[in-house]
Amino acid sequence: MKSGLKRQRRKDSGVKGSMEKKEQRSSEFITLAHGSGGKAAHELITRFFLPYFDNPILRTLDDQGVFKIESGRLALTTDTYVVDPIFFRGGDIGKLAICGTVNDLAVCGARPVYLSAGFVLEEGFSLEKLERILSSMKEASQEAKVTIITADTKVVERGACDEIFINTSGIGIVPSGVEISSKLVEAGDAVLVSGAIGEHGTAIISEREGISFETEVASDCAPLSEMVGAILADGLRPHAMRDPTRGGLATTLNEIAMASHVEIEIEEALVPIATAVKSACNLLGFDPLYVANEGKLVAFVPEREAHDTLTIMKQNKYGKNAAVIGRVVSKGEARVYMRTRIGGRRLVDMLVGEQFPRIC
Amino acid sequence: MLPVALIVECRMSRFTEDFENPDDAKLLLREIKNLAHSSNKERIQFMEVCGTHTVAIFRYGIRELIPNNIRLLSGPGCPVCVTPNSSIDHFISLSELPGVVATVFGDMMRVPGSDSSLEMAKASGSDVRVVYSSLDALKIARENPDKQVVFFAVGFETTAPTIAATLLTAAREGTQNFFVLPANKLVPPAIRAVLDTEDLALDGLICPGHVSAIIGSRVYGFIPSQYGIGAVVTGFQSTDILYAICLLLRQVVEAKPRVQTQYSRLVSDDGNPAALKIMYQVFEPCDSVWRGLGPIPMSGLKLRSEFSRFDFSERFDVPIPESLEAKGCLCGEVLRGKKEPYDCALFGSACTPESPVGACMVTTEGTCQAYYRYRGRRIQGEDRV
Amino acid sequence: MCLAIPAKVIELRGDMATVDMEGIRREVNVLLVPDIKTGEYAIVHAGFAIGKLDEHEALDSLRLIRQVLGSQREGREEQEEQNEQRQAP
Repeated sequence: MKSGLKRQRRKDSGVKGSMEKKEQRSSEFITLAHGSGGKAAHELITRFFLPYFDNPILRTLDDQGVFKIESGRLALTTDTYVVDPIFFRGGDIGKLAICGTVNDLAVCGARPVYLSAGFVLEEGFSLEKLERILSSMKEASQEAKVTIITADTKVVERGACDEIFINTSGIGIVPSGVEISSKLVEAGDAVLVSGAIGEHGTAIISEREGISFETEVASDCAPLSEMVGAILADGLRPHAMRDPTRGGLATTLNEIAMASHVEIEIEEALVPIATAVKSACNLLGFDPLYVANEGKLVAFVPEREAHDTLTIMKQNKYGKNAAVIGRVVSKGEARVYMRTRIGGRRLVDMLVGEQFPRIC
Repeated sequence: MLPVALIVECRMSRFTEDFENPDDAKLLLREIKNLAHSSNKERIQFMEVCGTHTVAIFRYGIRELIPNNIRLLSGPGCPVCVTPNSSIDHFISLSELPGVVATVFGDMMRVPGSDSSLEMAKASGSDVRVVYSSLDALKIARENPDKQVVFFAVGFETTAPTIAATLLTAAREGTQNFFVLPANKLVPPAIRAVLDTEDLALDGLICPGHVSAIIGSRVYGFIPSQYGIGAVVTGFQSTDILYAICLLLRQVVEAKPRVQTQYSRLVSDDGNPAALKIMYQVFEPCDSVWRGLGPIPMSGLKLRSEFSRFDFSERFDVPIPESLEAKGCLCGEVLRGKKEPYDCALFGSACTPESPVGACMVTTEGTCQAYYRYRGRRIQGEDRV
Repeated sequence: MCLAIPAKVIELRGDMATVDMEGIRREVNVLLVPDIKTGEYAIVHAGFAIGKLDEHEALDSLRLIRQVLGSQREGREEQEEQNEQRQAP
């Protein structure tokens, strides 16, 4: 199940480096020429990128994508994806690049429409892998109903980046009358999460050299725009929404607590978590509250809308395990608490740095 | 003993969820309340020796649930916290040598040495890699014959046998490029050092479950016989911890201090003889310096002469840097249970998890970080004495 | 000071064993518990099985706790009843 040992990135990689060079002579791979703007670059675009991202705007191959947009408010977001390993159970860096940016738009209520995609490719990167990633991006953008209308590629020398980095920016349309922001949470709001936590982080770490273990846990990487669209279409108006990525649920709750100056209390027994994720966290000494997700929605909704919002979440294929996990206790000091299974109470603080696997 | 016929196929939950039952917790807490009341003592102090217990107690929110007159002190059971600056500085300097791959448990990455950490060394270009097991470090050595792979051997008696077993494997395979920097420590001498602390009034000890799986529970006999207080070996689930508190309270009420084992599903009187044999085949006790506690005789482990070729500093001449201990840091007193994190002037201001001064703040198990993360700087009106 | 979790031994191969930990599997070294058998439970720490878990002891241990607490609660309730009866005119 491992995706292979993490590549040595150093130029003096010795034994492993020379073995990789032998493999690559027999298959196609990225060269510096592909980034130089000449024939090779043009071929890369027409032979690889265009077939997967094909649409009228991109096909013009201009330096920009020109589009019409209905009037109103727009949302713009950007994110860069450097995940390692680039292929993992449940997805890859390409799918992540689409869903991550789509979700950043969706959580303010915007309907994602257009994306840009910028690629930094390492000299020697396999074209077969590139194609798999592009295919994955095509599938994800089709599901999320977004179009990539402008793209860019750069090639850097071997060792200057780790195989492939992707930046995506996205534009979405915010429906009129929709105001959703971390600053708008009120005392009494219910806290909902759209499913089980910690799956992405667990899937990633299970493939890390020196730490790996076998598991069926797959990344939950998924677009949330349809779920959010259904919530808003029903007339429901969450005060705040986020997709808890790096740093996990706990970090997101803390960020919202700080933005709105509220005290949030969640119930340990109500937070959905898969058994395998719990086991992995126990094995490595991780707290699942801090493990990354890539396809979960956290929503702060007025108490009277909690039941209906939950119902709509559950109707979506990515929200089967949605649950109400707590409430906003009061306005004032920014704090997040968890009521433990045995009735105790513990503070849930911000994550400091990344969690390392521990033995103590 | 239940008849075998009544035992259904064993499920993992027998060892996990079944020991986290909220209904059991309610019963236990009520019992704790009654015992605390009938003790007629204004203050009862128990020390949880093990850092993993400190974290478990905080994660369950136990301190908030037990009566006011019971105080739980956190002891020196965090092998990372008690690793002195000199060991860390030494390992950091090894990691900076060309051709060296420095392998560590994740716990060690952010521990501050005199002026750096392994995380900072990695950022500066050292090849530092986190491993889950010393076996993974050996694997790295096997796969990189052109590198010298050195493993930071920290941990107590739970971990030392695993490192010993890895070294036996390396010896058997004839691996030439795998080394350790020995820094393992032993728990019972540290317990003794803590109990010898002046002015420390303890009524009982909660003893570490997994160290005891190796060394057994009999070794704690000196605690009631020489110090007149009880010792309960317990596991890490809520039922384990709460029942251990009950047992210790009962010992206090009955004035009958003794060693008891709550973790009988794993811990026996004599521990794990196979593991002890392997540990002492490779290591032998030596004097050792503990951060905060100072030098404690025969409290550390060094490689036996037959295995000295695996000691990195025996093979390679590496200058050991001069080390400085942080000023104003009260880690030593905190580890002894004499002071609480809140008593330290640096706590929460100059010393935070983001920029730790002392090791107690670095690791999740460290008392100061556990207090900081789980209880906040100081929650007004809610402090339990 | 020691994170260790229960695991079921699925397969043994010399010094190594495949263990299952409720949804995850890993190879661990069993040099420290040489008499462990397939189907038995171990505690796993830093890539090694460091001890065997006894299911009978686990059940007994819980049963004892519940018995003791139950009987103490009953004992207390009895005591309270007796006190009330003594106080009744």
